[in-house]
Amino acid sequence: MAMNSDVVGRALARHRADPTRLLQILREVQEELDWIAPETARDIADGLGVPITRVQSVVQFYSFLYDKPRGRYRVLFSDNITDRMLGNAALFEHMLKRLKLRRGQTSWDGAASVDLTSCTGMCDQGPAILVNNFAVTRLTRKRVDEICELIRIGAPLGEWPAEFFHVDDNIRRRETLLTPLEPGAALDAAIARGRQGMMDEMKRSNLRGRGGAGFPTGTKFEGARNAPGATRYIVCNADEGEPGTFKDRVLLNSFSTRVLEGMAIAGYVVGATKGFIYLRGEYRHLQEQLQRDIDSMRASGRLGASIRGAPGFDFDIEIHMGAGGYVCGEGTAQVESLEGKPGRPRVRPPSMVSVGYLGKPTVVDNVETLAHCTEIAIEGGASFARRGTKTSTGTKLVSVSGDCERPGIYEYQFGVTIGRILQDCGAGPVTAVQIGGASGVLITPEEFSRRIAFEDVSTAGAFMVFGPDRDIFEVARNFAHFFAHESCGFCTPCRVGTAIQRNIMDKIAEGRGSNYEVNDLKRLAEFMKRTSHCGLGETAGNAVRDALNKFRPAFERRLRARDFAPAISLEAALEPARRITARDDAEAHLDVEG
Amino acid sequence: MSAAPDKVKVRLATTSLAGCFGCHMSFLDIDERLFELVEVAEFDRSPLTDIKHCGPCDIALVEGGVCNADNVHVVRELRANAKILVAVGACAINGGLPALRNRFDIQDILTRVYRDPVTDHPCVPNSPELPLPLDKVYPLNEIVRVDYSLPGCPPSGDAIWKFLTDLILGRMPRLERSLLHYD
Amino acid sequence: MDNEFTIDEQPVPFKPGQTILEAAKAAGIYIPHLCFQADFKRHGGCKMCTVLVNGRTQTACTHKAAVGQEVDVNTPELDAMRRSLVQMLFVEGNHFCPGCEKSGACQLQALGYEYEMMSPHFVELYPSRGVDASHPDVLIDFNRCILCELCVRASRDVDGKEVFAVAGRGLDAHLIINSPTGKLVDSAFAVTDRAAEVCPVGAILKKGVGFATAIGDRPYDRESISAEAESCEIPEVR
Repeated sequence: MAMNSDVVGRALARHRADPTRLLQILREVQEELDWIAPETARDIADGLGVPITRVQSVVQFYSFLYDKPRGRYRVLFSDNITDRMLGNAALFEHMLKRLKLRRGQTSWDGAASVDLTSCTGMCDQGPAILVNNFAVTRLTRKRVDEICELIRIGAPLGEWPAEFFHVDDNIRRRETLLTPLEPGAALDAAIARGRQGMMDEMKRSNLRGRGGAGFPTGTKFEGARNAPGATRYIVCNADEGEPGTFKDRVLLNSFSTRVLEGMAIAGYVVGATKGFIYLRGEYRHLQEQLQRDIDSMRASGRLGASIRGAPGFDFDIEIHMGAGGYVCGEGTAQVESLEGKPGRPRVRPPSMVSVGYLGKPTVVDNVETLAHCTEIAIEGGASFARRGTKTSTGTKLVSVSGDCERPGIYEYQFGVTIGRILQDCGAGPVTAVQIGGASGVLITPEEFSRRIAFEDVSTAGAFMVFGPDRDIFEVARNFAHFFAHESCGFCTPCRVGTAIQRNIMDKIAEGRGSNYEVNDLKRLAEFMKRTSHCGLGETAGNAVRDALNKFRPAFERRLRARDFAPAISLEAALEPARRITARDDAEAHLDVEG
Repeated sequence: MSAAPDKVKVRLATTSLAGCFGCHMSFLDIDERLFELVEVAEFDRSPLTDIKHCGPCDIALVEGGVCNADNVHVVRELRANAKILVAVGACAINGGLPALRNRFDIQDILTRVYRDPVTDHPCVPNSPELPLPLDKVYPLNEIVRVDYSLPGCPPSGDAIWKFLTDLILGRMPRLERSLLHYD
Repeated sequence: MDNEFTIDEQPVPFKPGQTILEAAKAAGIYIPHLCFQADFKRHGGCKMCTVLVNGRTQTACTHKAAVGQEVDVNTPELDAMRRSLVQMLFVEGNHFCPGCEKSGACQLQALGYEYEMMSPHFVELYPSRGVDASHPDVLIDFNRCILCELCVRASRDVDGKEVFAVAGRGLDAHLIINSPTGKLVDSAFAVTDRAAEVCPVGAILKKGVGFATAIGDRPYDRESISAEAESCEIPEVR
């Protein structure tokens, strides 16, 4: 086995001992050493010339970095509601039992650890897990058994059956974006239009950000271009963490030409020479292939200096891996993470377009948004704007999962009705659809004529279908757990509010709730929305609020009492003392009511 | 405060759970206003009356947090009988100093405290007469519904008097800045 | 006047670049805050200074004042939000005022008084946190830390030592100390540091002076925290 200090030394050398590369260094070191031991952290801190606390705060922020020993095989079960619906809980228990482990525990021989993680973006082919950050899809009991056996014999991951790691695109419907692009065609078209001409087309297209917020992309480009300073950056936000979303996975897997050339076009328009792809840690399986795509682009003159022979069109792209943190999908948090820090959202203003990565003007745009730039370059903004609606131009990728016959990626022009999507994906009777992921909205059948568009139901594209047997309370509870797990902890209302919300949902789930808690849930949702620092906290109460408004009986039937029930199970609270005194008399118990 | 002669007196109950009786001592600090109080109020279960069990009453003042099974029975009895239940003092409101034990495991605490002097083996008393401790000390509002809270360690006699007179007169009880303390 | 906005319908002047909180302080208007102190880089995490700017909630310590802005500070709704924030900070840690030597000089407690917090309302989280008494002159009781990061900023930006940092995420966020053992005694910290002075609660305490001023005679025993808002100029710190 390699000496720890050698591993650290090589990682430091690869990254020129640059402290802004701390997260990348930690990821790479952990891939070899399985965890970041205190002496490893010390070596890294010394090598970078930073206080040990900076290393510790990064390690403790990201879910996929460990400062306690973990197994050589680190298994994480994706725990989105869609994985639950596909039976991941039983498989999780089965694996724990097979490996004789408790959740989060490392086996005695250091072989394995098994835990849960937030949605890994495989909702169309779950239940899914990550093994040492690599996605394994379509888990079955048989596959769990096979994996346990491979772990037992210590088979290297590279020798596991390839089909375990197979990820389908599941493209079900195409319009203009999900069509092949002749390499270089979009770049040539942009160069022909010139920098200002391409900027004009961007504005004419009225393209709006596909990450969900819908900010006009041309305006963002212009803001960054006009910001003072010589150095600018393009960041492709591929931290697709919203539960239920997986469209960027497909774009990066099969349409990377569009994404990468879109980034280069953005760089051309904005005057940036450097771009980053912030690839979520869950998409580790895409990293090498994406790197090859970048390298071949560079080799064929579509990246690097004087792209396609255009003097001054210099642009290159680097992949930066995330390490488990939903909040890093927020633009300012992502830039913090790119700088090698914990992904805590910055105070705004100033906006990214004037003070972004390393304090320089930075455009952070969604994968899908940047891919659309290739369409605009080729056909022009006016033609692009003819698709969709007046205020929501172009097409939108929708990630469909849950109770339907054909989960996968659907491309529609903006303005498509929810009912149409349900019909296309082969949904039977539907109780509700969660659109926009955990932070989105819960839509019931009476609203199925509503449209996907910024002016109606605005979404980054998650579309989770719940059939008649699904319990919407459990859906909301799953999302409440998600937000408590993903809150960065920076601001009071989100840090504490998401934890209180989760605890109340658990209390109600255990049949110990009352209307007192139900009322608190409504207040909490409004409170977090009004006082939180970023979008995570602002939307953390949405799912519970919608579920309460539309499925209140699902809450009420779980309540123990109308107006009050104790915060705790009193009978359980006596258990430790009962055990130590070996008492079991009548006075050693407390009944439920009193 | 005065009551019309034909008016029915307000019925008060008080008790101390996991507390130090300091709030009750402070209650006595209303001094001569006690005479005024008994013009309009009478006491049910309270250390002042030595009545052991509570009947229907208007206001229950509860000092202390909930640390064992007996505390649960007592606070439930008061809750069942009182129209208004007031958490009085720091311990009733957030567990107070007794809740400092909450970071320790109750089994560890008991086995460390109760040891045979000869063998040094743990000998935790287990008589059914003794109330069994809960795993933690809980504030009142986590065990029963609490209508009002009167903070302080203890709340001063003046604060108690203000709070009580507000309640008796049907006003929303409020403490001006000089009467509101958590210590 | 050109550079003017309103707070609760009163005109307030400001200098370009000033935040709402800075302009309010200069005008002697109180806006509550915990993580703000004039000498340090703005943070914006505690959210106590949440105000309405043209009807939208904003953090007054980070939001710049602008001509014609209508700012609401004292509304029943905002006061209720601030009370909820104080309640959340109380249940998040272990805050037992009767046993805390900062009582009466604690800003969290004083804000509880200011917003008439009668109980913490939410279910107590009773976290299991420790105490670092290793340093001869200063004690850290993590049970009372509210993650305002004033010590982090003071040590890094004023003392030039970077003794403190916050690690962990969500409810696990916690203060850590830059030393080989993680203990304060083995860090570069000294009792003369600014970081020893800035804690708004009873988390960082100097030893031996806890009761130099008797309970009852302390600042917030005598007057409310909002009375501190005498007009004062705030230096520009970014």
